[in-house]
Amino acid sequence: MTLVIKGGRLLCPERGTVEEGDVLCRDGLIEAVGPGVAAGAPAGAEVFDARGLLVVPGLIDMHVHLRDPGLEYKEDIVSGTRAAAAGGFTTVACMPNTSPVVDHAAMVSYIVGRARQVGVVNVLPIGAVTKGLAGKELAEIGDMSQAGIVGISDDGQPVWNGELMRTALQYSSMYGIPVIAHSEDRHLAEEGQMHYGAWSAVLGLRGIPAVAEAAMIARDCMLVELTGGRLHVAHVSTELSLSVIAWARARGIAVTCEVTPHHLTLTDEEVARTGYDTSTKVNPPLRGPADVEAMRKGLREGFIEAIGSDHAPHSRDDKDVEYNFAANGVIGLETTVPVLLTEIVGKGHADLVTVVRAMTLGPARILGLERKGRLAAGMDADLAILDLDHPWRIDPAAFKSKSRNTPFAGWEVRGLAAATVVAGRVVWRDGQICV
Amino acid sequence: MLLGTRDILSLREMSRDDMALILDTAESLREIIYRPIKKVPTLRGKTVVTFFHEASTRTRTSFELAAKYMSADTVSLSASTSALVKGESLKDTALTLEAMGSDCIIMRHGVSGSCHYLARMVDAPVINAGDGMHEHPTQGLLDMFTIRRHKGSLEGLRVVLVGDSLHSRVARSNIWGLSKFGAEVSLAGPATLLPEGMGAIGVKSFARVEDALPGADVVMVLRLQRERQGKGLLPSLREYARLYCINGRRLALAKPDALLMHPGPMNRGIEIGTDVADGPQSLITEQVTNGVAVRMAILYLLLGGASE
Ligand SMILES: [Zn+2]
Repeated sequence: MTLVIKGGRLLCPERGTVEEGDVLCRDGLIEAVGPGVAAGAPAGAEVFDARGLLVVPGLIDMHVHLRDPGLEYKEDIVSGTRAAAAGGFTTVACMPNTSPVVDHAAMVSYIVGRARQVGVVNVLPIGAVTKGLAGKELAEIGDMSQAGIVGISDDGQPVWNGELMRTALQYSSMYGIPVIAHSEDRHLAEEGQMHYGAWSAVLGLRGIPAVAEAAMIARDCMLVELTGGRLHVAHVSTELSLSVIAWARARGIAVTCEVTPHHLTLTDEEVARTGYDTSTKVNPPLRGPADVEAMRKGLREGFIEAIGSDHAPHSRDDKDVEYNFAANGVIGLETTVPVLLTEIVGKGHADLVTVVRAMTLGPARILGLERKGRLAAGMDADLAILDLDHPWRIDPAAFKSKSRNTPFAGWEVRGLAAATVVAGRVVWRDGQICV
Repeated sequence: MLLGTRDILSLREMSRDDMALILDTAESLREIIYRPIKKVPTLRGKTVVTFFHEASTRTRTSFELAAKYMSADTVSLSASTSALVKGESLKDTALTLEAMGSDCIIMRHGVSGSCHYLARMVDAPVINAGDGMHEHPTQGLLDMFTIRRHKGSLEGLRVVLVGDSLHSRVARSNIWGLSKFGAEVSLAGPATLLPEGMGAIGVKSFARVEDALPGADVVMVLRLQRERQGKGLLPSLREYARLYCINGRRLALAKPDALLMHPGPMNRGIEIGTDVADGPQSLITEQVTNGVAVRMAILYLLLGGASE
């Protein structure tokens, strides 16, 4: 099976270049990239006319909650991977806080098998650090690793016990996979509804201070120094956290981090502006303007290596309640590309190459995906074909996701995924899933 | 519509003009409370629902009397009688109340922002009777009304709020309301009970109450929620009373004609001494009367104007 992407502008995140050219895909792999390679395509090859469009390696969202199994009323592998394809994502790494928890190999196999059967994009499971996410005993990390996990995480909560985190870092280092930390001091964050600051005081909501995140990151970085494991900090959200990571890196500690689109674009004032709309309720919370600025700078300078949407689907009932009772989380797969193109690239906070790199090469390196994240011969034929100019309005009713919990509803944006290619097959095109 | 707002949710979001209109209207309605026959027909045929998720006899009674003096029918739901105990959500209860034709819903709720949430769901005007740690706008207005009656104007007055302003919705409403009329608001209390970032809106904070009181025109004592001690924010009620209780000795630090206020119910001997609570500077019972007048004004402005 051969697919030719013809006449697009090709963005190479590795070299940082944007050049006219074609991409030739055969049997699921990229065979050739560059000007004129379309000429070498066999007769009868499928041709995609990419004139005026930007061709980038398939986007990778390393932080997604697919809610399958057990919470299918929020999302499942079918709807979640369709949402991913619609957003330009060809690979998603899914968090283990399902029901039951992904804490042993059979659960990993279920996700891998189910995704292969009904999924539209690649699904890479992340296993739990501890059995049942209970924070007591290590999950079967070795077994899960052989079944295909790309990392371990108790996301949703921190690994509260320092000794257990130490063991997890040691044990996972045997398999070369990162421990993905949801960094939060539970006592400092207890009953917290939003960022601790002037707005939490005004709104009378209990605040979660920046130190609740940064303190745990500091502990975990020091544990990396002790154990030699690999730490990835999920959804970093405060300037203080970035300072701690900078300190750790200066000591030679291996730590990577990711930021969400909402922490790059929204502040805690959004809770007030929307009159306590629960679409602003997320953990870690939307932070202050200085934090958002620090996230943008961290992304711009490549200090933050990855953008992960923390796509966290919740049903309307989970959110249509009083603020304190609402579930934490927003969805992101279908809004990340337009929001980042409009608010980050469009407003000059970071350039296009840097943003694309943080959604391709960055996460591929963190997760050890050697055949993904680059636009080069021999790579998996996963591509996102972006229209950078298309103006539209975000309408949750049109989402492929089962859930609608987004703070970006109604936003006027520019840019979208015109087509998505997974393993050499066009799975999304002209606003339609085509598999 | 007489007011620029459809709902009374917070004084932060209310314009100074709306507040002034409410205070002026309360001034003219106040005399009804002293009539032998306390009934004017203004709101005849209107139904006002009080919907309280937290017990509060005084605020609820104040709203109900205000409605009754103006001939509105009142229905009262509380957490113990409402469907909520059977697991019905706020959303469903609200939609039910609306479907039954309520003209106004007055709600108290333990979660900040719940009145905003309710107001988005129903067409009827919503009055916030206290939401979590956020605001208690009618209390703020009645406090402003009371001060204005005694001082003539709020402009330039120095008002000190003493106690747990961190968790106090009364404090938040007073801060916004008084500041918008040019009063200078300060907070005094233990550092663990003072909110963040008040300096940015021109409010000074003092950890020693003795530092806050000199020059005060009004001393407003906040109720100390006893459970704060259980949460570890205070070592003991005894220590709090020793350091922060407004008694005769401390009140003497304020101006000689300073007004003493408390939103009630009081913890005598903890945040306020009986000597001053019952003393000549205390306006605590007058606050109760004025509360009825202010709530009459709000109901009149929200419900009366439209039909006439
Ligand atoms: Zn998380």
